[in-house]
Amino acid sequence: MSAAVKREMLVNASRAHAFKVFTDDINRWWPREHHIGKSPLKRAVIEPQVSGRWYSICEDDSEIDVGRVQTWDPPNRVVMTWQINGSWQYDPNFVTIIDVAFEDVTPTQCRVLFEHRGLDAYGPASDAVRMMFEAPNGWGETLSHFQRLAEESAS
Amino acid sequence: MTYEGFAALAEPTRRQVFERLASGPLPVGRLAKGLPVSRPAVSQHLKVLQDAKLVSVERVGTRRLYQIDYRGVQAMQRYLERFWDQSLAAFKAAAEEEPTK
Repeated sequence: MSAAVKREMLVNASRAHAFKVFTDDINRWWPREHHIGKSPLKRAVIEPQVSGRWYSICEDDSEIDVGRVQTWDPPNRVVMTWQINGSWQYDPNFVTIIDVAFEDVTPTQCRVLFEHRGLDAYGPASDAVRMMFEAPNGWGETLSHFQRLAEESAS
Repeated sequence: MTYEGFAALAEPTRRQVFERLASGPLPVGRLAKGLPVSRPAVSQHLKVLQDAKLVSVERVGTRRLYQIDYRGVQAMQRYLERFWDQSLAAFKAAAEEEPTK
């Protein structure tokens, strides 16, 4: 896992509104099936400040942490940790980063730039894995590289 | 919501096995050298990685070489991308619902 997930989109809303919906109103849109608890999601919450908690309240009133706010800069940018590990559990030692920036396009339209990075935390990324994602010729270069390495390791 | 590739790599020793293979194909004996677990334990980890399609094995002469199966790595990447595409589509719809301020 080496390549960040990056998305860019136009939203027909002011960036102040988009920022608010993303953060204060996360409970309005967070897909209920994207929930890690045993009890269904009742409410998703982001505390609106640096070091604020991002957490889920379940139907049984238990709470599950998702991460922490690192940057709180309305309406420009919010950066939060996503600390759900490969076993799909909150892990204080597991840190990936959600970075969301909001840019004005018109008073009623904004551009939202989303990035989920630090994905090495899910699985180690060596130069070879990185090459696989970033080689301009894609598979071709990677396979010949591995053939060379295989030949070297066999000797 | 779990995906087996993520779960497979969540175990630290298994991650080490996977990481070693990222430098090129290796037989199990070479893999086990320098790892603080027994060779049968390494074989078990390889089996879990194979089941998750993160590792494949190839016969080269009399040897069995284990190697990264990039289809599994790509599948993990695509899983995360789908997860966020779904989430962001829901966000966009919610942000566009009300009259903008």
